[in-house]
Amino acid sequence: MKIVVTVMPKPSVLDPQGAAAAEAIRHLGLQGVGRVRIGKSIEVELPDSTPEAEIHSVARELLSNPVIEDYEISK
Amino acid sequence: MKKCAVIRFPGSNCDQDCVLAFNSLPGVSADFVWHKDSSLAGFDMVVLPGGFSYGDYLRCGAIARFSPVMRAVREFAAVGGTVIGICNGFQILCESGLLPGALVRNKNLHFICKHVPLRVESAESRFTKAATKGQVLNIPIAHGEGCYFAEDQILAELRDGDRILLRYCDSAGRVGDSSNPNGSRDHIAGICNAGRNVFGLMPHPERACDPMLGSTDGLAILQSLAA
Repeated sequence: MKIVVTVMPKPSVLDPQGAAAAEAIRHLGLQGVGRVRIGKSIEVELPDSTPEAEIHSVARELLSNPVIEDYEISK
Repeated sequence: MKKCAVIRFPGSNCDQDCVLAFNSLPGVSADFVWHKDSSLAGFDMVVLPGGFSYGDYLRCGAIARFSPVMRAVREFAAVGGTVIGICNGFQILCESGLLPGALVRNKNLHFICKHVPLRVESAESRFTKAATKGQVLNIPIAHGEGCYFAEDQILAELRDGDRILLRYCDSAGRVGDSSNPNGSRDHIAGICNAGRNVFGLMPHPERACDPMLGSTDGLAILQSLAA
């Protein structure tokens, strides 16, 4: 199976990349741009039998940093 | 003779500078330790040098944290051993959980490479005891991800525990937004753990240890460790 781990900066963490992208969107002429947040999307191929707990452990311990990021797993 | 281990990760690039700087101190002998080594036996202090371990892939320090030597570093720190992480080394210490918080992208998105003034906020540590509280040190920074982030509660713990050892300031020692190069919360440039034996800082004291380098202010930190 292929899982996708989406990692996003926590709302309390400064995201200067998102702010810069928001500014660029405004420059393109799109009106009413709100907050832009930039995260990452990580695809991982795994055996179908991989326990859910192990997937979460890898997502929490390595793929994201819980101090600054939240993650979501989708299959 | 104090023996100093300078850990080499793939992508470390300040390891040679650190060995040179620590070896120049009286009573200190520094040597490289490869990240695949699993023992720090015989060493009195450990340096995690700057650089781009594992190419900064995923997050700065995120992969180095799982290097075999880091188990030994954690054990070394747990029994009170002296550990200093400089720049990427600070990032690795935060990723490892040996220090609280995290280092994120600089607020202005630039890679900043310049000498900056730093105020010594506490001389009550083995890392700053050769300095005086309030002293201003001129030491270079060189990072793209040096913006220190921690939640309010952690910041309060750092302040209450006198664990903020260095803050960014102006040349007169005044701390404020205009002298904060990277957006670090509470203008933090360096912190220690509750046991006061693990220190992480973004500035590079090893790049300010000889008049030829433009500043010798880094010696205040290096000599603290030698004494």
